[in-house]
Amino acid sequence: MSIAKKAGFLAIELDGAGYANLARAVLDAESAGFHAATFKDTPEAGRANALQRAAFAGPITRTIAVVPEVDTVYTEPFHISTQLASLDYVSGGRAGWIATAAESPEAAAAVGRSFVTGNALAQEAAASIEAGRRLWDSWEDDAVIRDVATGRYLDVDKLHYVDFETPADFSGTPYSVKGPSIIPRPLQGQLPVLAAAKLVGEGQVPVEAVDAVLVSAPTPELLTAEIRDVRARLGGSVAIVAELDVILDARGQSAASRPVASSEAALSDSERARYTGPADGLIELLEVLLAEADGVRLHPAALEVELEELSRLVLPELRRRGSVRPPVLDGTFRDVLGLERPQSRYSTSAAAVAAGKQGPA
Amino acid sequence: MTRDIFQPSGRIQFGIFFQGVNSGTIWKAAESGSQTDFESFRHIVQTAERGKFAAFFLGEGLRLREHLGRPHALDVAGRPDAQTMLAALASVTKNIGLVATQNTTYNDPADLAHRLSSLDLISGGRAAWNVVTTDNAWTGANFRRGGYLDHADRYKHAEAFVETAKRIWDSWDTPTGPARRVVHQGQHYTVDVTPRLPRSAQYRPVLFQAGDSPEGRDFAARQADVIFSAHPKFDDAVEFRRDIVSRSVAAGRGANAVQIMPASEFILAATDQEAQEKKAWVRSLQIGPQQAIAYLEQFWGRELSSYDPDGPLPEIDPVVEETSETRGSGFHGAKARQLADQWRAEAKDKGLSIRQFVTSKTARIDATFTGSYTAVADHLAEYARVGAVDGFNISPWLIPTGLDEIVNHLVPELQDRGVYPTEYRGTTLRENLGLETPVRS
Repeated sequence: MSIAKKAGFLAIELDGAGYANLARAVLDAESAGFHAATFKDTPEAGRANALQRAAFAGPITRTIAVVPEVDTVYTEPFHISTQLASLDYVSGGRAGWIATAAESPEAAAAVGRSFVTGNALAQEAAASIEAGRRLWDSWEDDAVIRDVATGRYLDVDKLHYVDFETPADFSGTPYSVKGPSIIPRPLQGQLPVLAAAKLVGEGQVPVEAVDAVLVSAPTPELLTAEIRDVRARLGGSVAIVAELDVILDARGQSAASRPVASSEAALSDSERARYTGPADGLIELLEVLLAEADGVRLHPAALEVELEELSRLVLPELRRRGSVRPPVLDGTFRDVLGLERPQSRYSTSAAAVAAGKQGPA
Repeated sequence: MTRDIFQPSGRIQFGIFFQGVNSGTIWKAAESGSQTDFESFRHIVQTAERGKFAAFFLGEGLRLREHLGRPHALDVAGRPDAQTMLAALASVTKNIGLVATQNTTYNDPADLAHRLSSLDLISGGRAAWNVVTTDNAWTGANFRRGGYLDHADRYKHAEAFVETAKRIWDSWDTPTGPARRVVHQGQHYTVDVTPRLPRSAQYRPVLFQAGDSPEGRDFAARQADVIFSAHPKFDDAVEFRRDIVSRSVAAGRGANAVQIMPASEFILAATDQEAQEKKAWVRSLQIGPQQAIAYLEQFWGRELSSYDPDGPLPEIDPVVEETSETRGSGFHGAKARQLADQWRAEAKDKGLSIRQFVTSKTARIDATFTGSYTAVADHLAEYARVGAVDGFNISPWLIPTGLDEIVNHLVPELQDRGVYPTEYRGTTLRENLGLETPVRS
């Protein structure tokens, strides 16, 4: 893991924007200097598909990463992999994936599958991530050759069957995925994959399968300790993103006295640490958290209200202090996480390895 | 009833079909751009919107085409997920419809309906679904559900799927909810869902369908808003219209309820002579010598690289009885030996080389409009006058500049003739196609 300890990154959950105010919200978050926008995708009324909201945000932005939640239990790994690779293309290499494992009888009933619970959830996530990653590698970077002399558009030696099969101890119905992908390798090679820290570790999603984990604790004080525990448990190869709910003094009202309805809507079922108060205090807290974690994801109580305060008071000061990095125009999400562009696991070309080449033009 | 008598609208509209696979898209020209870069899609969709196109289509193929057991190398391939790309294009367009081809076999009704609803809401009421049904285990190898359908069952399955999707889109009692629960217990799947999204500005996504068999036509007549037809030639189009009108009236829908937009290709220039010269150039780049041989190999089931593309068809016989599904559903199940005999005779008769013969088989002969801007505009105005079609779904042979001359030259000619929109009628696809708002069931 090569993230500079001093300066971290900040992500913001944009679920509160819904689909109607999406463009405005993502542009505001980008202007504020956030490095990543995330899109929640649990089955609640009024919530449009997260990956599509992220896709909509892709072409109208140039620095902020767009990172949807996509479930791994009741979905088809082949579809997910194609959709996420496509998201990487429409965002110019700024896509990521928060892999979730829905523990939801409703989600199971909707698609006529058996309800999955317990450790089987992590197995589903691990299988989907592995199948998806293999598919992303199934076209080598230079598979599209456009060789007029031989009449070949593709070099088929650089396309690979992935032949994924669920492991012997898989609790659900075993399945396989043949490949290759129907879309060339994503611009980033591999999209960064994030997952909740509680889903990752021995006997769960292997730590090598993810690039970053989302760490939660009930209070800000416990959060610092939890980050250290997770770091000790998972080692240094994975980036740590601390999760924090935020209710700020805003528009002449103290955070504590802000109307409950708006904050409850976004944060009702939260098990995350919460900061409530003036911007100053949040700046101090984020400095502490960024000294421990690689990044922090903020969950604003009321997106529009908090985003205004974060943009005006919090991010400029953190940048001034050198606690967060300046966003990079046309950078990738891998850049944000300090990850190199990986070679395809199926790579047959040593030259491609050495050069760390760009994706197909 | 007047509702049962077809009324020509007197106009036509255009859609653009970004193919992303097959030999129709030229990749060997200097102007040939990327098939995956977002800028290619942005250029072409914004050009289409400048030309007041009704819709932008994306296809779908859920397994990479193969040739003799390996991925097919000679044609463009590798394309983005339709709905993901369309959601992205929604942010850089305002009026054009966004049509996703999606398969009923490899999706769940509740999940697909939710994603199409999402696209419809994100785009402000511009989404459509082109319903397709394939059902082979070869494609199913990419999916945990596999490919489980009897070919004979596919329309039954597709119709139950579409009806479930419509119930999901119909489920909100008011624009803000609450939703009615949708339960479906069928042979192929079970759905029990409380839908999450409200109706869109166009009520629900528009439905396109392309099936051409009698079952496919009846399915479209019952369920679809627009047929993406395979009948662009004038007489054929008139006959197809007559057939669809009678089927949709029989299904209890109005004579004008189902619109028709055939697949088509345009090769245009300032004069007819130049257009013919351009056509020769286009065809030579669409079917090169290697593609001609490979095309025959699909049917012969064996390597034919020792044959001269400019010579006669191979005298040896195919090694397979039936051609495989790996090339695409259109090729599946053709009787190979019989076909080879027939083709050899035909080629000999017409004095065609392998390359000439394959070009004649693969080029969209019936679907190509070749000529000067004014001549083609006159011809299309005749379609509008009699109501042969409601529009054309154009496959450009160049990406991303393949619509430029259509929008710059043909569209103004059509507008001058009063048969093509000069402005979008509204912001939703349903409004722009002139479709009625569905009645809630």
